[in-house]
Amino acid sequence: MWTWFYKLASPPHVYALAGTLAPWFLGLAALTIGYGVIDGLAFAPPDYQQGDAFRIIYVHAPAAWMSTFVYTIMAVAGAIALIWRIKMGHIVAAACAPIGTSFTVLALVTGSLWGKPMWGTYWAWDPRLTSELILLFLYFGTMSLRGGFEDAAQGDRAAALLAVVGVVNVPIIHYSVVWWNSLHQGATVAKLGKPAMDPSMLWPLLSNLLGFMLFFGAVLCIRLRGEILNRERQATWVRRVVSL
Amino acid sequence: MSVGAWEAFWLIVRRELRISFRRPAELLQPLMFFLIVTTLFPLGLNLQLALLRDMAPGVLWVAALLSSLLSLDALFKSDADDGTLEQLALCGQPLSVIVTAKTFAHWLVTGVALVLVAPLVAMALNIPGFAFATMMLSLGMGTLTLSWLGAIGAGLTVGLRRGNVLLSLIVLPLAIPLLIFGAAATDRAIAQIDATGALYFLAALCVLTCTLAPFAAGAALRITLE
Repeated sequence: MWTWFYKLASPPHVYALAGTLAPWFLGLAALTIGYGVIDGLAFAPPDYQQGDAFRIIYVHAPAAWMSTFVYTIMAVAGAIALIWRIKMGHIVAAACAPIGTSFTVLALVTGSLWGKPMWGTYWAWDPRLTSELILLFLYFGTMSLRGGFEDAAQGDRAAALLAVVGVVNVPIIHYSVVWWNSLHQGATVAKLGKPAMDPSMLWPLLSNLLGFMLFFGAVLCIRLRGEILNRERQATWVRRVVSL
Repeated sequence: MSVGAWEAFWLIVRRELRISFRRPAELLQPLMFFLIVTTLFPLGLNLQLALLRDMAPGVLWVAALLSSLLSLDALFKSDADDGTLEQLALCGQPLSVIVTAKTFAHWLVTGVALVLVAPLVAMALNIPGFAFATMMLSLGMGTLTLSWLGAIGAGLTVGLRRGNVLLSLIVLPLAIPLLIFGAAATDRAIAQIDATGALYFLAALCVLTCTLAPFAAGAALRITLE
């Protein structure tokens, strides 16, 4: 029963698995993001305060959510790799970092574009914005630490440790709007039971959130394959796969 | 002969202090840097005293962060170069104890010294005297926290040939909350508003790093020593 689980630690198995999963993730992501974007941009009613400008939430909120989600996955993968010495963990962490960086940049850029009409400025030194920026620097730190060592295995472990240390930032980002009197609006979706949003606005957002996660899954699968091939290039199974 | 962890701690602290005082030039460098950087700001601002007073807490804290970072690079470097670090790691004491001792000694020669020089700089930056106590208290806790964050970074980068740029990239993002609350405490003290909230936040960060960072920094050193 546990064999499928143990197999996740084996690069050739994950290489094949990622190959089968990637098109599914990509297809489902296209469906959900497609629905979310069309319904969110064209059919959802405009906000009573923010008008049509609120529609950027359909990109901004999922991207911001993914930036911390990917970081958490990266840190958990790093912790697994450090504790049980599973090299797949390092491979997952290495594949996550650039994707997470992209989501963070996307969240920051869309956020500042949203900030201009709403707050009158592209950037405010506000807790949520600042902690998101710290997250971006942490991503940069782990990536350059991984590349900084001559011994790749050492770089992997160092980057994993930094990712684990940086996890303290994730709850800070999440609760920054609650703890500090912030310019950034409070949570609208995460109130279980009774969201502060009308269903007609909420469904496209949730669909986009799911779509972003599926898209992350797809890109992760593709990056994992590349990362595995690069790291295992001395192995005979890679030669067999590549020479096909 | 077996040595208890506490005894080992003080032995290493004494050793570190002795080494530091034998190289007074290295000891003074971060302080000189702190003085020079803070002197540059009034000159750059064309001696506008009101503006200077508003900016003083930020200038003071950024300068403190940078000068502390300057000395952190050397925290494990010379010991790693001559093999002492490996001997210490093999001596049977937990690495977290060794790291704690080294970091504490580092804070004594850089952080405490910086706190003692701070009033001089504060006067030059036009900070009123009644704010000195809060400023020094916040700087004291801040530099200790920073030494800890730096110990993690230095542990991770000690094996690298050009680790110091990477060290800043790792440590400075983690130090941002420190800068925010530290500068806020000083700012409030200058404006004669109650600064307790910011000081509590600093104390919380300080306790958090003092208790958790030894293990993270120990793990970092173990990675580099492997």
